[in-house]
Amino acid sequence: MGRKILFVTTDQQRFDTLGCNGGTVARTPVVDALAAEGIRYERAVPQSVVCMPSRSTMLTGQHPSTHGVWMNGVPLPVDAPSVAAELHDAGYRTALVGKPHFEPFLDPFGKFRENRVAREGLTGTHRGFEHLEFATHGAQGLLHYAAWIAAEHPEAIGMFYPVLDPTLEVNAMGGGDTGAPQARHNEIPREWYHTDWVADRTIAWLDSLGADDDWFCWMSFPDPHHPWDPPKSELGRVDWRDVPLPDGYPESASEREAILDAKPRHWRMWYDGTLVSNYEAPKHWVPATLTADQVREVNALNAIECELIDEALGRVLATIDARGWGDDVDVVFTTDHGEFQGDFGLLFKGPYHVDALMRLPLIWRPARSAGVAPAVVSRPVGLVDLAPTFCAAAGLPAPAYMQGAALPVSDTDADARRGEQRVLTEWDSELFGVDVHLRTLTRDRWVVTAYRPGYVHDGSEGELYDLVDDPLLRRNLWNDPAHAAVRADLVADLWDHQPPTRHPRLDVLAPV
Amino acid sequence: MASVRHHVQIAAPAADVWRVVGRPELLHLWFPGITSCTVAEQDGALTRTIVTGNGVAMPEQIVTNDALLRRFQYRITAPLFRNHLATIDVLDITGDDEQADTSVVVYSTDAEPAVMALVIGGGTLGALRELQRQFTAGSGPALDAAQAVQEAAAHG
Repeated sequence: MGRKILFVTTDQQRFDTLGCNGGTVARTPVVDALAAEGIRYERAVPQSVVCMPSRSTMLTGQHPSTHGVWMNGVPLPVDAPSVAAELHDAGYRTALVGKPHFEPFLDPFGKFRENRVAREGLTGTHRGFEHLEFATHGAQGLLHYAAWIAAEHPEAIGMFYPVLDPTLEVNAMGGGDTGAPQARHNEIPREWYHTDWVADRTIAWLDSLGADDDWFCWMSFPDPHHPWDPPKSELGRVDWRDVPLPDGYPESASEREAILDAKPRHWRMWYDGTLVSNYEAPKHWVPATLTADQVREVNALNAIECELIDEALGRVLATIDARGWGDDVDVVFTTDHGEFQGDFGLLFKGPYHVDALMRLPLIWRPARSAGVAPAVVSRPVGLVDLAPTFCAAAGLPAPAYMQGAALPVSDTDADARRGEQRVLTEWDSELFGVDVHLRTLTRDRWVVTAYRPGYVHDGSEGELYDLVDDPLLRRNLWNDPAHAAVRADLVADLWDHQPPTRHPRLDVLAPV
Repeated sequence: MASVRHHVQIAAPAADVWRVVGRPELLHLWFPGITSCTVAEQDGALTRTIVTGNGVAMPEQIVTNDALLRRFQYRITAPLFRNHLATIDVLDITGDDEQADTSVVVYSTDAEPAVMALVIGGGTLGALRELQRQFTAGSGPALDAAQAVQEAAAHG
């Protein structure tokens, strides 16, 4: 009998939404306890800041350039490598419960298996997972949660905020108390909400296992990704009027605009509503219209969703303890990418490689039986390191196709085992004639982003931030002569370490 | 209006490819994700209704079926679309110095709302690849059906 693995992901969650990371709005005692007992990473970086490429990195252990999912809407090939398959082949029982998103959701032709399994009445198998029960951000669509709501609680379908508008664009409609985009007071009873459903279905699957089974369960919560529509019954947890404005939100419009003007053009163009370069933000919402109260309300609703996730995870961990597995389970908690949540006067995400989207919560509580001491790791790590970590926990060598390395258990371990520690992030998008291409390196105290030519970039642009002296990433040092040598060194390092690129390039088959 | 365009090269004479593409009732035999299609005449105009793999029925109006130009065009008239025009062109690109016949099939989708161009356009790429696959294999449901249509016409 080996170590069992509970892999917990959320969707679009910021680093600072956890109490253990200094967050003060949401109460997250369950994850905080895992951090206290395990390893808390202070600089965990995604390889992409949107869902499909990032999730594909977690599954394959490869960078987006290599696995080929270079933007949302590009399906991960069904024969792509999978850590779940590695574990299953080694005798692990495997499940994926919650949000998958290795394949596009908008799928009228029913081409993608993720969208077919529920309709066909199935719960398996795909990409090495023998058990599948899928959910996403609401009750629409083709996944198991939507089918369950339709069958058991059809009156709840219309309670959720509609993620897409009637033209299938990301919805800009305001709601809540402040008219914030993608906010709603959701009448759904808490026990019908997808967060509790994901935990319930995870518990049901765990209960179906034999006591001696080794297992790998990816529990994938759709929240706190927008829409911010937690059950109305829970709104009393956090009164938005009491929520402080985030440090990253400059209250003065002139200050916001000056900061944005020091970054490459598409930042300010998006803020002003003159260019929406990607599908993931509402096309018809202008960030410059965002008010301080809307920032407060979005942060409050987000915090409520984080609290519900924390409690749902607590129920799953209680089940694990009740099964007698408590000492033999590795728990990894993270997310696929971050969320602006008011930073720079912005919401949502896009081709913007700053901490709001790139600094992720990551907690690893190794199985107690492994005897790993609690630690805080400050060295940069990537989501590309997760798959090798799962292999290591299972006692398997990491396959050669994986490009990361097992997570360090301390800074000393990181320095001894991983050498120069750099993490790469990439962005490519091409949507109706608008293309954006970014390559980013996180190393030492620096984050550097080089731009390739695109719709509004000539390839000379870039961003350089000092994470120590400028933790809010407000001063772009790219054109600062005093940092020319640092920039040159980092950019050379960035280009020297680009991952292999998949050929031929995969096609975009849907917007998301 | 947003545009999405895909193409494939097929090692077959354009006339042979057109024998499949120009038959609107055969679309489901080479467009993965379309389970059936029904062609009817209504008020002198040809219409087609397709049913997708998710059980969605989409009505279409056939706009152009030009065997000389080898161009097929149709509009999806479902309420979700403010505007839609699909164009399939079969081009003969056989060069003078080549012995093998070669054609290119271009499948363009112009749609409003813009997102629908991507959603539908993603399906058209799969269709082109299936068409290419069947011609490369020398057989397949669409080719067999087109052959049957041709034989029936010859005997009829």
